[in-house]
Amino acid sequence: MHVFADPTNLDAYLSGFLWILKLTGASAVLALVLGVLLAAFRVSPVPVLRAVGAAWVSIFRNTPLTLIIFFCFFGLYSTLGLRLSDDLDRNNYWLGVIGLSVYTAAFVCEAVRSGVNTVPAGQAEAARAIGLTFFQTLRIVILPQAGRAVVAPLGSVLIALCKNATIVGTIGLIEASSVMKDLINSNGDAVIAIFLVFAGTFAAILIPTGYFFGWLANRLAVKR
Amino acid sequence: MTTGEPLIVLDGVNKHFGPLHVLNDVSLSVGKGEVVVVIGPSGSGKSTLCRAINRLEPIDSGTITFDGTPLPAEGKALAKLRSEVGMVFQSFNLFAHKTILENVTLGPVKVRKEKPAAARERGLALLDRVGIANQAEKYPAQLSGGQQQRAAIARALAMQPKAMLFDEPTSALDPEMVGEVLDVMTSLARDGMTMVVVTHEMGFARHAANRVIFMADGRLVEDAPPTEFFANPRSDRARDFLSKILTH
Repeated sequence: MHVFADPTNLDAYLSGFLWILKLTGASAVLALVLGVLLAAFRVSPVPVLRAVGAAWVSIFRNTPLTLIIFFCFFGLYSTLGLRLSDDLDRNNYWLGVIGLSVYTAAFVCEAVRSGVNTVPAGQAEAARAIGLTFFQTLRIVILPQAGRAVVAPLGSVLIALCKNATIVGTIGLIEASSVMKDLINSNGDAVIAIFLVFAGTFAAILIPTGYFFGWLANRLAVKR
Repeated sequence: MTTGEPLIVLDGVNKHFGPLHVLNDVSLSVGKGEVVVVIGPSGSGKSTLCRAINRLEPIDSGTITFDGTPLPAEGKALAKLRSEVGMVFQSFNLFAHKTILENVTLGPVKVRKEKPAAARERGLALLDRVGIANQAEKYPAQLSGGQQQRAAIARALAMQPKAMLFDEPTSALDPEMVGEVLDVMTSLARDGMTMVVVTHEMGFARHAANRVIFMADGRLVEDAPPTEFFANPRSDRARDFLSKILTH
């Protein structure tokens, strides 16, 4: 464990995981908002909205995340000049958040849409019959119940998102996996130990997350 | 038992489900305060007729007029019309994530923009009227079928509708719970509510209806006061239907 006794290495390790947490947090919020909106599009009576939702899911769910992150950097930033911060790390961070969000939103959308299908159609009819509009029906009756049904699957999406955040390392953000690679390169005698520390840290963050979502799903389940 | 001016008027209504002609040139007028019971064999179009009146089923041709105005297409105007027509479903369709009282106050608060406190007070009074005031804070899944259906009636009444549509309200209930729901419906009928009731409860048709409509194969075959219809059905189709259900 001499590697992590060195304060420089310890700082790198901590800041690597801090980036992972920041990427996960910001992308989770954006992906959730975007994903729910896309799910609303996909079940709406307006054909154009349905087409937009379906196209989004088809495009982003079927493109490798690495390509999307590369596009954010080389396409949005290098070529189109989208500059999100003067600080290089911050800039790469926000580019990463965009890529992770648009990608994860596709999975959130499909999870929420499957949740919508768990709500009996009769409840939507009853809501319309008392005079609620389509969007009121969705917001007040359908989505609250759909959301509760998909807490556990959304937990899986969040866990995947956290691990996917390491891909932002490919555009130069020194997040956990980049730190690990650097430490391995300079400490050839402790490769396995370094690997186990990083893998163990992910497990320590994500295993409780999984249990938390399982607990939450039970607690919020709608009795039928 | 007098009938006022027409509230619901259907004129030459047609509706197809694929090749099935489910409503075949149906014309019907329901006056204010009138209770019309629709009976007929399964698949005769009774439920579709009931659902067409608040446009849960769009029709192919013909016109439906409610309180002097033709049914609007989708949008705000349709939502407003639906808020004036109460609907009770076979499967109750209560909002599973809301309490009974919240089910009843949701429409008044979100559609009519009533103050929550006022809606709550009226909601409790309605639950009392249908006999389940003590269940107000429970969730639908905690109630029996009969209680759920009475809650659904209270939810529809909370909108202070001009008419109530019942789509086989007792068909999903255990036999011992049918009576409690019919009692509520009978008292509504006595209070002068305009009602269109699709049902297999012949007893209710006999004692609560002003008129009985008999449907078969998408057509409106007979339209008569209940005493006349049950004693003297004019069509073979109705005679056949009644002989099958009344012999047991």
